[in-house]
Amino acid sequence: MREHTVLRIVSQFVIAPILLYAFYVQFHGEYSPGGGFQAGVILATAIILYGLIFGVEAARVAVPPTLLRIGASLGLLIYGGTGVATILLGGNFLDYDRLAAHGGQYYGLIVIELGVGITVASVMIAIFYVFAGRGRQNNPDEDEDHGQADDYDADDIT
Amino acid sequence: MTITASLALNFGMLVFLTAVALALARWRHLFPVAMLTGLFSLLSASLFTVLSAPDVALTEAAVGAGITTVLFLATFGLTRAREKPVEPSRRLIGLAVTVITGAILIYASLDMPHFGSPDTPVQQHPLRDKYLVDSQHEIHIPNTVTAVLGSYRGYDTLGEVAVVFTAGMGALMLLGRGRRGRRGRKRTKE
Repeated sequence: MREHTVLRIVSQFVIAPILLYAFYVQFHGEYSPGGGFQAGVILATAIILYGLIFGVEAARVAVPPTLLRIGASLGLLIYGGTGVATILLGGNFLDYDRLAAHGGQYYGLIVIELGVGITVASVMIAIFYVFAGRGRQNNPDEDEDHGQADDYDADDIT
Repeated sequence: MTITASLALNFGMLVFLTAVALALARWRHLFPVAMLTGLFSLLSASLFTVLSAPDVALTEAAVGAGITTVLFLATFGLTRAREKPVEPSRRLIGLAVTVITGAILIYASLDMPHFGSPDTPVQQHPLRDKYLVDSQHEIHIPNTVTAVLGSYRGYDTLGEVAVVFTAGMGALMLLGRGRRGRRGRKRTKE
């Protein structure tokens, strides 16, 4: 869709605010609606929009699939690790009060929401890559190095 | 005055939702169906906002209207974008199942409290005060939804994250690059 000038320019302006909003939802989730899950999904939406406009290959360069696999596991590890940390500090599993003398719940929630956000964003983007990148498999005669970025195109869809 | 306005908004959006759902059932071409599904999610998100559930609305807007629509479109790139015609006999079975399920759901909805009723379990259960009042002293976080999801129901949320992780890994293993690599190698051998 790179040749659609209007789409390209508008998305260039829109992607950065979407990313910012994702971080806002992530780190402001204690005060305003949203939290890790919503932030992760919004972040994924920004990357998916980038992939739709500039091609999945360009998105793969910006956010490599390996990073996504690490991120998906890392988020779950952060969440579970917080639980293990509270056990080691003498409390129950996910008993955030043990994390700090004051406001342990607050810090615990920030950490686990971060874990949720990382996992959700990574998984959503990874699923998009897998679905959008598969189109090439159907026509193996196509030159692998040429025109990959344009594979996911409006013409393929309709 | 405000009650009537919000009621009218709720009613109007439900009418729109019904119209979109009917249009969804009528289209045979799947490309507009995906677009209408996104519209349906967006309308649902607006409805959730009017019903003061911004957390659910955010999720619905991002997942339903955003990612699901894109995944549908990506799937059409892999399969065909037109629904297969169905034999009339199977259509009748489908109609019967839909009517019976709808009738059961409507019958069940008669047991539910009326819209905006003040004496529902949600309003009267002691847990309501526990979450809305006590959480402010116990967790010190203004957003009760985050407090409930992260702290009171922390195990559930951990389970949900594990489900998301498992779903992602499953999709990667089924459709991911490894399989394509193997296939490619097989093809070159042949």
